[in-house]
Amino acid sequence: MQRHLISAADLSRDDAVLILDTAEEMARVADRPIKKLPTLRGRTIVNLFFEDSTRTRISFEAAEKRLSADVINFTAKGSSVSKGESLKDTAQTLEAMGVDAVVIRHGASGAPYRLATSGWIDAAVVNAGDGTHQHPTQALLDAFTMRRRLVGRDTGLGQDLSGKRVTIVGDVLHSRVARSNVDLLHTLGAEVTLVAPPTLVPVGVESWPCEVSYDLDAVLPKSDAVMMLRVQRERMNAAFFPTEREYSRRYGLDGDRMARMPEHAIVMHPGPMVRGMEITAEVADSDRCTVVEQVANGVSIRMAVLYLLLGGNEPAVSHARTTEEK
Amino acid sequence: MDTEQNQAPSDARPVLEAPDIARVLTRIAHEIVERAKGADDVVLLGIPTRGVFLARRLAAKLEEITDRKVPVGSLDITMYRDDLRMHPPRALARTEIPGDGIDGRLVVLVDDVLFSGRTIRAALDALGDIGRPRAVQLAVLVDRGHRELPIRADYVGKNLPTSLRETVKVLLAEEDGRDTVLLGAKPDQ
Repeated sequence: MQRHLISAADLSRDDAVLILDTAEEMARVADRPIKKLPTLRGRTIVNLFFEDSTRTRISFEAAEKRLSADVINFTAKGSSVSKGESLKDTAQTLEAMGVDAVVIRHGASGAPYRLATSGWIDAAVVNAGDGTHQHPTQALLDAFTMRRRLVGRDTGLGQDLSGKRVTIVGDVLHSRVARSNVDLLHTLGAEVTLVAPPTLVPVGVESWPCEVSYDLDAVLPKSDAVMMLRVQRERMNAAFFPTEREYSRRYGLDGDRMARMPEHAIVMHPGPMVRGMEITAEVADSDRCTVVEQVANGVSIRMAVLYLLLGGNEPAVSHARTTEEK
Repeated sequence: MDTEQNQAPSDARPVLEAPDIARVLTRIAHEIVERAKGADDVVLLGIPTRGVFLARRLAAKLEEITDRKVPVGSLDITMYRDDLRMHPPRALARTEIPGDGIDGRLVVLVDDVLFSGRTIRAALDALGDIGRPRAVQLAVLVDRGHRELPIRADYVGKNLPTSLRETVKVLLAEEDGRDTVLLGAKPDQ
């Protein structure tokens, strides 16, 4: 029985809709005077962060605390990892402490999968971003934000994103967010188009369930949601485009471009935004930009995932496919 | 908890029919008005799924009697259950607290069947996280006995002495297409 969330591709349509529906109820807890549920009392969750992160780590921590779990935060800096400890030894240390779940972010693609399948630990593993591979809870919160805005909070219950057209723009090559979103949005019935300079489109993209375009202006009028990605310079070791200014002019979203989108279409960004590069301040601060909403929705989605993985005697999220078959 | 309600009893016989259920709800509405001296500050909270429909019907009857709108909502107790770790996680139902909240109000919890009392225990815990009512009362359509906690109902539609080998299933028009309460034998016993 799989009890981990490693990749958005592991989720069936029904699993994904169940997570979104559960998150819709979790979101209501945030409106209450006491923002806490007793559901995970006595369960210990470790946030194992080998890579810098503010919003994902804080979001997971808020979700864990709202469900009354005991939370241990572990960052690679200042830990035994900086002294040279391996992932295996770190994992076995956590196992010995009786941890029920590990939320892991790692710079190496596949680290969460290794942790979940190696037999080092019994705990449930939740992938909070691994290298350029996957970031499933980000894809779930993006889908949740789209369903709320494009279908409706209450009318969206039980629904997927059939027929919605989503455009993902920018540094797809280095983006685990793009990979996860393509997998999940396809599962939920949306049509995804990737827009990027040819140098930032990954090899093998033709096997992904999506379209690829190099012309942002042609795609914008046909989009229900436009997701802008940050150019991940920390992962770049070569020149992928001539100048930042040229990138920004061809692939950045400014007010003029936004005006070409349909009236109801939304602008999304997984954060952190680089204003002036992929998105102008005018767009980032507009009503159509859901960046802040996405952060709030992240807590609800992570509560839903943790509840469905840890809340009972076995996980409610079954896995249609394993990561290996993908 | 009333898990066995979800299985349809094979040789079930009706113990309450639609007109009985309507009469019983009318009586409970009058009892609420009588005990609350006018039901000024009453808030009805139904426990999903069927408690919510019963709460709405009670609210309609209270409005007829008092000529005032009675706030009605729902209280999902899934996250407060004491048997969460014995089953796979359940899908959550809606918690909808009426706009003015429950602080200082008389909250009447509404459920279809009172059995072990564990659902109501969970509901009391859930209420504590939402506000501080002046008092909490309990209205149920059927009390089938076999309490496992010191909990009792304030308003009972029908006391139904049962054995643990029987099942009680409430069907309501909103969910099941017809109103009836069925008493049957538990399958495989």
